[in-house]
Amino acid sequence: MPEVRNDQAVFALEFQAVGKAFTAGRHRVDALRNVSLALPKGTVAGLVGPDGAGKTTLMRLAAGLLLPDSGRVVVFGHGTDNDTEPLRGLIGYMPQRFGLYEDLSVAENLALYADLHGIDRQERAQRFQQLTRMTGLAPFTARLAGRLSGGMKQKLGLACTLLSQPRLLLLDEPSVGVDPVSRRELWNIIEQQVKMSGTTVLLSTAYLDEAERCTDVMLLDEGELLDHGSPEAFRGKIRGRCYRVTHPELSNRDLQNRLSGQPGIVDAVIQGEAVRVVCDSEDSAGAVLAGTDTGKPRIEPVAPRLEDAFIDLLNKRRAPVRQANEMAGPAAPVADEEIIRVDDVDRWFGDFQAVKKLSFTVRRGEIFGLLGANGAGKTTTFRMLCGLLPASSGRLQVAGVDLRKAAARARARIGYMSQKFSLYANLSVSQNLAFFSSVYGLRDDRRDERIRWALRQFELEPRKDANSGDLPLGYKQRLAMACALMHEPEILFLDEPTSGVDPLARREFWNRTNRLAAAGVTVLVTTHFMEEAEYCDRLVIMAEGDILTAGTPTDIKRQARTEALPDPTMEDAFIQLIQAKQS
Amino acid sequence: MSDSRAKKYLRLKGLIGKEFLQIWRDPSSLSIAFVLPVFLLLLFGYGVSLDAKRVPVGWVIEKTTPETTSFTAAFQQSEYFRPVYFADMAAAERAVLTRDIMAIIRLRADFSSQLFKQNSPAIQVIVDGVDANTARLVSGYVQGAWNEWLSHLAALRGTALSQPVIAEHRIWYNSAVLSKDFLVPGLIAVIMTLTGALLTAMVMAREWERGTLEAMIATPVTMGEVLLGKLIPYYLLGMGGMLLSIAMAVFLFGVPLRGSLWVLLLTGTLFLLVALGMGLLISIVSRNQFVAGQAAIITTFLPAFILSGFIFDITSMPAAIQALTYLIGARYFVTILQTVFLAGDLWPVILPNALALSVMAVVFFALIAKKAPKRLE
Amino acid sequence: MWAMIYALLVKEFLALVRDRKSRFILIGPPVIQLFVFGYGATYDLNHIPIAIYNEDRSIASRDFIERFTAAPAFTEVLRLTRQEQIAPALDEKKVLAVLHLGPHFSRDLYLGRQPAVAQILVDGRDSNTAMIALNYMQSIVATFNLDWAERHRLPGPPAQLRIRAWFNPNLESRWSIVPGIAGLLTLVVTIVVTALSIAREREQGTFDQLLVTPLTPFQILVGKALPAAIIGVIEASFIIFMAVFWFGIPIVGSLAALYLGVVLFVFAVIGFGLMISALSVTQQQGLLGSFLFIVPAVILSGFATPIANMPPLVQDFTLLNPLRYFLVIVRGVFLEGLTADVLMSQYWPLAVIGLVTLSCASWLFRRRMY
Repeated sequence: MPEVRNDQAVFALEFQAVGKAFTAGRHRVDALRNVSLALPKGTVAGLVGPDGAGKTTLMRLAAGLLLPDSGRVVVFGHGTDNDTEPLRGLIGYMPQRFGLYEDLSVAENLALYADLHGIDRQERAQRFQQLTRMTGLAPFTARLAGRLSGGMKQKLGLACTLLSQPRLLLLDEPSVGVDPVSRRELWNIIEQQVKMSGTTVLLSTAYLDEAERCTDVMLLDEGELLDHGSPEAFRGKIRGRCYRVTHPELSNRDLQNRLSGQPGIVDAVIQGEAVRVVCDSEDSAGAVLAGTDTGKPRIEPVAPRLEDAFIDLLNKRRAPVRQANEMAGPAAPVADEEIIRVDDVDRWFGDFQAVKKLSFTVRRGEIFGLLGANGAGKTTTFRMLCGLLPASSGRLQVAGVDLRKAAARARARIGYMSQKFSLYANLSVSQNLAFFSSVYGLRDDRRDERIRWALRQFELEPRKDANSGDLPLGYKQRLAMACALMHEPEILFLDEPTSGVDPLARREFWNRTNRLAAAGVTVLVTTHFMEEAEYCDRLVIMAEGDILTAGTPTDIKRQARTEALPDPTMEDAFIQLIQAKQS
Repeated sequence: MSDSRAKKYLRLKGLIGKEFLQIWRDPSSLSIAFVLPVFLLLLFGYGVSLDAKRVPVGWVIEKTTPETTSFTAAFQQSEYFRPVYFADMAAAERAVLTRDIMAIIRLRADFSSQLFKQNSPAIQVIVDGVDANTARLVSGYVQGAWNEWLSHLAALRGTALSQPVIAEHRIWYNSAVLSKDFLVPGLIAVIMTLTGALLTAMVMAREWERGTLEAMIATPVTMGEVLLGKLIPYYLLGMGGMLLSIAMAVFLFGVPLRGSLWVLLLTGTLFLLVALGMGLLISIVSRNQFVAGQAAIITTFLPAFILSGFIFDITSMPAAIQALTYLIGARYFVTILQTVFLAGDLWPVILPNALALSVMAVVFFALIAKKAPKRLE
Repeated sequence: MWAMIYALLVKEFLALVRDRKSRFILIGPPVIQLFVFGYGATYDLNHIPIAIYNEDRSIASRDFIERFTAAPAFTEVLRLTRQEQIAPALDEKKVLAVLHLGPHFSRDLYLGRQPAVAQILVDGRDSNTAMIALNYMQSIVATFNLDWAERHRLPGPPAQLRIRAWFNPNLESRWSIVPGIAGLLTLVVTIVVTALSIAREREQGTFDQLLVTPLTPFQILVGKALPAAIIGVIEASFIIFMAVFWFGIPIVGSLAALYLGVVLFVFAVIGFGLMISALSVTQQQGLLGSFLFIVPAVILSGFATPIANMPPLVQDFTLLNPLRYFLVIVRGVFLEGLTADVLMSQYWPLAVIGLVTLSCASWLFRRRMY
């Protein structure tokens, strides 16, 4: 056992007025400013905050991979600055991309980390057995890590980290790009570990429902620790300010559109069959009424969530987001016009069938969601619809054009935003916009007009000369979306548009998307975030190339309703469907 | 203490084992380590020769006489030339311009009568100077063939040729003057920079890029062990490449190995340490595969090719460039290789060059120790 | 359609020029290589170290030796006094050659009954240098003989072999090497720019983004080929400029004939580059592919060693190498003043190679698009 016990230390991890800055080019950027925190042994702490808040820097400081510029980081009584030797055995650290060797197999990765931690032979066999069983990796030990799905990679990364039985477990964004089923399994493993060995856990995450499961939550913004407390304490701050609003005449999307941005309203999101509203004070529920000029909305108070508190805290530090509605679309919505038709489509890769006899239709002006675990065939389907991949058999019709015959003509009418927010990293924001508008055939005045529109509408004006590669993730996502919209497409394809993006930016994104849909643009979207499925008019859930179910979010949730779970969330429904399929 | 040593051993074993698995599974590593060397050796062994052989030479014989016939016959026996006959100068000149022949030998109509007159212009030789090196070799050969024929002729006529001094030459170590005998041993140094510097720089940079090094630093592994875990596998790979190259040189290309193998292996180790040190240093500084690859090619591979004395003679270079060659490890190793292969274990050559390599290796590893990050910064 | 290709062109240039690394790749290595090659890669011998072992102390032998030590090609670094010193001097690479005059040198010279013998021992470890040095020494001996015969009214040697070198009267290597570098570096830069460009877009994910636009694969290909062509031509122009104004190499022929060759050459090379690009998924594969193309292309081009010396099979293989033709064009125009009609035999193979490789690339590109 590598433990050097230091029983005097009460805290597993302490930050004492830590500051850390980086030089990026000519600028000096403060990643962390005067951060102090202390985690008692056995805590499960969640670190949340917008992109670029300094989460990864904090994790690396805690792991001793970086040294603070000022202040001190202490782990179990050992300073990371001079007392590193005993620390390595106490800390288990999983970096963002899990730190796996993709060209080694599962067993070889485990063996490597066992060697690195100096675990002897008898103990090793026992630990391997225990960890592969716990993570469900036992059947895949011979598979190369690079061939694993995102969820399995994450579990393997965790298993490698847990090999040394660390007393402080540091996980940096462990659930980015991982589906809900895998995320649930990850939490089971963590909780088991905490129960068994009293491990202290610190994890950074963009999922606030994950943070709800922690004993401590820390909110980081622009390098400052805004708040630190239990989820209960966070929720307590906005108790009495959360409501569920429905309207007899207005659709949820219209209702949300009218409510968001109103004075007195901090946040308005669609949740199930209602709009969830957070007000800025307990007695401003009246503001909700002001937002709906016709009819009588039904308002009922609901229990606050961590996410509400998070938005509330961050909104106080930001200038209120005002969005001019200029999302001019091409045509007014025409009801029931089929714009995408997929008939019996198959796609084979060698002898692996990625998509099996897929059929669905999408109507003009709809927001249509494709949901599924990693490897369910979502991305393959998407690529076929954009004409990036031909179907092995079956028919695909987009905007009335058969993709097999006239893919180029169909492409002029679609916009596509890929998972990685693909931009030319060394071109500036305005150069990216100019390039994409030109290749879509816009020129002269029309082009300049669209570029001005995009800079204004996506609030890119202040950064228009910055290299797109240097932008924070949220900006990249906006710029990628702007590029996909330059030619005013009829159909917009969004592949995992919000992966890794913080809740604030996600809200903004969905506001825009909603307004686009309202203007008649058809939107196809894939996502891991189950709560985002609520924004869709209709959706399909895919697993192993098949459609498990299709319908409106309400229909799908209704299927999952049981006595034990009278009001299931989208995530519950999803997990139930996947588990039913697997059994 | 023994416990921690056991763990240290375990860590190192893990790192080395991992590296070999990765090399084995990555086709581009294997091709840099083994396919590229074989390819280069075959290319140099068979494709390239600095010896002029069967050089196409154009003949313009204005009047055929017994002397002209005798002279052309002497040339035809030589393996250096391949005669092509032209009716007049104009046709021959055109052939020079189209690169069909490399020289013209023109025998004037009065060749036979003017032959033994002093300063007579009976024979005229024109070489194409576009490729200066070949032109120089060709004119040397022609001159030699001419002298030989003349003395032969004089002997036949019973008159000694008036030659106050004759130069009698002997070429040591490579009496057949085969360029492959010096190109192939020199090439071994070039090949070892491929595995030593290029491959090592790229794989280490890949660990930075993929974030695996970040995970590794957080384990009890020390940076020294990480570096050693790279050094040992690529050292073995480089020595494997060297043995392969030596085997090909000796058995396939018939290059004589007059010195001993162990001297080659020992000095090869020193050179490989220099190359590995360079590769690791590049990857530590650049941390990016693309930059590391480019930097390795510019700072190790190209100099090994051009500035090591492998093809081009160092003493003939301008002083500034000569000074630069002292910084290039391949310079020392090429000298050792050519000596051990063609001359034998000549300690006065081997020792100072080996010493220079050792100094370079020590300097690189000192720099690595200084630059190697203990943390992520 | 041209507006779209123009947009691709602008994007490609901005991407290259705005990135510090790419900028360096375009400017740094070519300049370094131009100077290293231009000065380092020479077959001319200068200051070759030689040793003298003179057992005959006479005025005649001293006069003879002085002709060697005064030649710029040689520098006397050792004066030997004993036979046993010869072997170590050569072994230890202190000298490349030893000139040995026996004790009877001047006696034989004056009596003239038998020729005096000058023994030359050469280190053959570097066979090329050895041969060149030997040739130099023999020509020094020949000149000495002429002068001696003239001074002592001896019956002179028979007809002189007059060797004239066309196009490069002093046979300077630099005149051959530097124009060749124009071909070499243009090849390297053009290949690196094209071979990595598609792989880079694949890695960044922007390639998909391009494919969903109305651009056809042909337009994308043209958008990749044109910037490389422009960069290749600029690169070639820079080196041609440096060759003339920095290295002082005369340019005899017409620039028009040269530039026709440059353009055809660059297109042939781009074809190869795009083929590598279409086949490689990652930048590392692209780099390896370019390496595997560039090395044989340079070695089998006639740049450093003549093609005529290669085995017949390898010679046939060089017919596929665009650099082979371009070297004839560039050296021909620089030194020989060849005109476009003589160079026709070099232009058309380049054009054919260009057409074949570009069609191959576009076929591969369509196939590998997904």
